[in-house]
Amino acid sequence: MTILKLVFIELWKRKSQLITGLLAITLGIAVIVGIQSVSVVSEQNVARNLDNLGANILVLPQGASIDNYYTSDIDAPTLPMDYVERILTSTIAGVDNMSPKLTRRVKVGGQSVVLTGILPKSEIASKPLWQSSGLLGSELKTACAPSQSTTKSHGLEDEKLKRKAIDTLNTTDCIAGSQVAKLLKLQAGGSINILGKDFKVVKILPETGTIDDDRIFANLKDVQTLLGIENQVSAIEIMGCCNAISEGLLGKLRNILPDTRVTSINQIVSTQIETNQLMKKVTLVMLIIIFFVGGISIGNYIWANVNERKREIGILRMMGAGRSTIYRMFLLKALILGIAGGILGYILGTLAGVILGPYFAGILVKPVYMYLVWSIILSVAISLAGSLFPTYLAAKFDPHSNLQED
Amino acid sequence: MFLQGENILKQYPHNGGFINALDKVSFNVDQGDFVTVTGPSGSGKSTLLLSLFGLIRLSSGTIIFNGKRIDNISDRHLTDIRKKSVGYILQSFALIPYLTTIQNVMIPLALERIPQKEQVKRATEILDYVGLSDRIEHLPRELSAGQQQRVAIARSIVHRPQIIMADEPTGNLDPTLSLEILEFLKKINRENKITIMMVTHSPVAADYGTMKLHLNEGKIVN
Ligand SMILES: Nc1ncnc2c1ncn2[C@@H]1O[C@H](COP(=O)(O)OP(=O)(O)O)[C@@H](O)[C@H]1O
Ligand SMILES: [Mg+2]
Repeated sequence: MTILKLVFIELWKRKSQLITGLLAITLGIAVIVGIQSVSVVSEQNVARNLDNLGANILVLPQGASIDNYYTSDIDAPTLPMDYVERILTSTIAGVDNMSPKLTRRVKVGGQSVVLTGILPKSEIASKPLWQSSGLLGSELKTACAPSQSTTKSHGLEDEKLKRKAIDTLNTTDCIAGSQVAKLLKLQAGGSINILGKDFKVVKILPETGTIDDDRIFANLKDVQTLLGIENQVSAIEIMGCCNAISEGLLGKLRNILPDTRVTSINQIVSTQIETNQLMKKVTLVMLIIIFFVGGISIGNYIWANVNERKREIGILRMMGAGRSTIYRMFLLKALILGIAGGILGYILGTLAGVILGPYFAGILVKPVYMYLVWSIILSVAISLAGSLFPTYLAAKFDPHSNLQED
Repeated sequence: MFLQGENILKQYPHNGGFINALDKVSFNVDQGDFVTVTGPSGSGKSTLLLSLFGLIRLSSGTIIFNGKRIDNISDRHLTDIRKKSVGYILQSFALIPYLTTIQNVMIPLALERIPQKEQVKRATEILDYVGLSDRIEHLPRELSAGQQQRVAIARSIVHRPQIIMADEPTGNLDPTLSLEILEFLKKINRENKITIMMVTHSPVAADYGTMKLHLNEGKIVN
């Protein structure tokens, strides 16, 4: 017998009470871990996408939301395909490249995937990732990308990918992002039925860590026909020359493209960064709330436990247990509760992030194992802080008066 | 001098004045005595028993244990004396409800941080001594009143105390079980030379005393 063993036996014998005691702290930790794991990925994505994105101007329909630029083209309203012509034939200088896209969420093999129709040549040409070391891309990085985008591009300059996709993306061909390929068990050379039409999978893209991983790319014409959205696109990505942008390229584009939103990626990214900063503030507020709510809840639980065990405390004191033993008994219990709450909260929050992240933030969330350590530290701190006062009172109990009642 | 009380006064505030639960009580107990404390209800028996090793602090008076004053020492020291040298038996058994028989008996050893193996060995021996070898893994509520009190006796002697303080140990038991418990206490007193101080209001139990204290309204009477 040891005091620790006594604590465990008591915990086990009253395990139903344990659930109530742990509820608040577990949920609290879960919320923080959930928010944190979503926003950390979101932040990484901003940096990574800045690095990898070939385009620096996005033309979207007026009604499109740019709250989240990773998904801003999915299921958004559309704009006429003619606008591509209009830009090309205009006298506006500084548009180096263009990539019209039509993106919709579709069901393939029972799974929801994002289908993006692209005009092969221009799409590929404006993605530095898909080129060996795209001239435009590397220039863009040094010239236009904000300085915080220090994340290295993933060394994915796969020689084989070099421009090859352009020539091979015929109608009935498609390219699958790595995640989609995993999800649907696709292989290069295999085939896939999308909305009733058979496509040949000509390539599986290597993992980029961006939204491209979750997409299937097919010829724009095919996608328009399949979706019944002829001559419409959901976005036009434009590769603009940096100097031209600073000289008012965006405004000039707006003039010739009515009912559109012409935004620079920088603008969108800064919206995203603002969102992330807001999330950080929300997390901080949550942290404070959880510290109090969780602490009070655990304190309340321990106090109820102390009262229920008044007689036991009296008996132990009678047998020669010092105040320190009483402290040890209840603080050990709080410690165990804290550890359990931290672990449970971490699991719950991570699950919530992984499951709900793709829906609410449009991003893939991976478990951050380091958060387990922080969850436990935080939870233990809350639990101990909340239990300190009830334990102090328990240790101060007069042993004799608590022996009498039965 | 084993255990000596001198002019022990314990006052409780009552109706703006005081009640003297113990009113200048003096006594002298030798090692190996079987002391019985008798008296009507409310005469101060429990107060006397519980105040000797600090479970109730005195208003005034002197207590000497093993030649040293213990009425004016710190709570910590008194706790230590209780842990090492005193065993308690109460009328209500005072077992910890979620612990098994052997776990309850091991508590005093756990408080002294005795190694697990030694704890099991000693607790098993003692439980054998009180005839509960076949109830080792039972919870208190799975035991009869007599068995529960035997667990409490085992717990009070497992750490080899010098003195056992028993407050109406047979108060909740029928006459047959009471006799059984009293015989146990006598055996412990004789065989192990453990001093016993027992509060009782049963004349049968009082007969076991080798030294008798009778209290009335907080005073010792003869
Ligand atoms: N905590 C207390 N507060 C006030 N009075 C008390 C308290 N405990 C005991 N008393 C009083 O002290 C007297 C002695 O009580 P006690 O020692 O329990 O008597 P006994 O054990 O002989 O029945 C009684 O009059 C009782 O009412
Ligand atoms: Mg009494």
